Amino acid sequence: MLLAIDTATGIVGAALHDGERVRAEVVHHDVRRHGELLAPAIQEALREAGIPAAELTAVVCGVGPGPFTGLRVGVVTALTLAHGLGLPTPQGICSLDALAHQVMGTHEGELLVATDARRREVYWAHYAVGPTDARRIAGPGVCADADLAEQLRTLPTVGRGAELYPDAFSGVALPDVRDVRPGALAELAVRLRAGDHPDAETALLPPEPLYLRRPDAVEMRR
Amino acid sequence: MDEPLVLGIETSCDETGVGLVRGETLLFDAIASSVEEHARFGGVVPEVASRAHLEAMVPTIERACREAGVRLADVDAVSVTAGPGLAGALLVGVAAAKALSLGLGVPLYGVNHLAAHVAVDVVEHGPLPEPTMGLLVSGGHSNLLLVPDVTHDIRSLGATIDDAAGEAFDKVARVLGLPFPGGPHIDRAAREGDQVAIDFPRGLTSGRDMERHRFDYSFSGLKTAVARWVQAREADGEPVPVADVAASFQEAVVDVLTRKAVLACSEHGVDDLLIGGGVAANSRLRALAQERCDRAGIRLRVPRPGLCTDNGAMVAALGAQMVTRGRDASRLDLPADSSQPVEQVRS
Repeated sequence: MLLAIDTATGIVGAALHDGERVRAEVVHHDVRRHGELLAPAIQEALREAGIPAAELTAVVCGVGPGPFTGLRVGVVTALTLAHGLGLPTPQGICSLDALAHQVMGTHEGELLVATDARRREVYWAHYAVGPTDARRIAGPGVCADADLAEQLRTLPTVGRGAELYPDAFSGVALPDVRDVRPGALAELAVRLRAGDHPDAETALLPPEPLYLRRPDAVEMRR
Repeated sequence: MDEPLVLGIETSCDETGVGLVRGETLLFDAIASSVEEHARFGGVVPEVASRAHLEAMVPTIERACREAGVRLADVDAVSVTAGPGLAGALLVGVAAAKALSLGLGVPLYGVNHLAAHVAVDVVEHGPLPEPTMGLLVSGGHSNLLLVPDVTHDIRSLGATIDDAAGEAFDKVARVLGLPFPGGPHIDRAAREGDQVAIDFPRGLTSGRDMERHRFDYSFSGLKTAVARWVQAREADGEPVPVADVAASFQEAVVDVLTRKAVLACSEHGVDDLLIGGGVAANSRLRALAQERCDRAGIRLRVPRPGLCTDNGAMVAALGAQMVTRGRDASRLDLPADSSQPVEQVRS
């Protein structure tokens, strides 16, 4: 039983996947209370699926990019829970990959994922979406909306970036894909772990946040 | 029931601490510090601290268990600093503690950082007299606390109205060209200096202030006075007597800290004073506190320096006392609270 959690976008949540299907998914739409909501969401998902925590066999987490504070809640929860249960170290997945995975079946062709990076910037990645998988061509990166290449800004988009900066993004915003659903992350994780995805070799990452920015701090002059 | 085995997690500032306490016995206290990463910035950078906590969390838990010779599965409860502290840093520890509580199926105690600084002395010097007077002095706090019951009932008598004592040490060290963190460097420099060489101000000790701010502290004016004094020397082209400035500044700090702490004990009829927090490692503070407590017939308790600075053992020690006294556990949705009041011992 695989537990997937993601805290990189506007959803805090957890999903359980048994290898065949998503058994439970609990989500909260909140960008401020990751620390409060995540652990109870995991507990609730376990309860919903009728499984004790001890029956988990793997943990995966979205590693962003996303606002740091919430992202760290997800990653440290995955790391510590896996350690506490004696499970292998969790695997990380780029959260934007999960968003791209969510359009499958409704969109084919190029896709831009753009999410809120705050400070008037977006996290972005560029995908080629086929009938069975979405493959990252470029990114993830972080930049001001207007600094993103013109040919990317005119692509169909998902994530909250385009709705935050409508002047910069002229492509079609695909409906209903704004935040990472942990169930989608779980599905993608199961396929990647089974080798059932063309990017299986590269898309599973160490469980470390994709910060993409350095801490703001000025070194002292000596 | 055997004495409870509690794992405590502390991440309120720049130390990732994981301690294991069984009842009143410290098994192991593991610390990973990011202080060296902060030194080049001249102070703790919250984002740097939060990143370091995340990286250090599981390795520090592993080390604590290995050195203590216990398995995580044997842990009876998990406790964690819920506040006060740096918001993003606290959150890493709180999330980790919740994950452990969830995974191990054991209760979670979100505790107050300041209360933990008092509670830790149980593993060093045995049960706390009730009440105990607590003087907490660190880079983030300067508080006088009346503690009838460290697991349940803590009353704030006073606190700094501006800079914390440790903050003043850091800032004065900078003025004197000494490295961060300033406390140990000033302590060392002061040993060669004359503590009455310069008459620096004692904040909030005048007649009127003793009415309105009887047990409060203020170190901002002192820090400014030191900076002005040093600037005036430099403007006159004269060398700055670093040792004398350090000794006179340090004396001004510890004089007010101990004077008000002893006064609080006498006025509240408390016979035991406990000093905790990073500044409790200061040798002059320890010496003067001992002298004044002896004169006033007060017993002084100061944990060893490693337990005065932030650590996981103090959080585990407080958690263990909560379990022993049958206090209610926290809920899994407990928030990290960067400005948690000291009266709120458990979240």
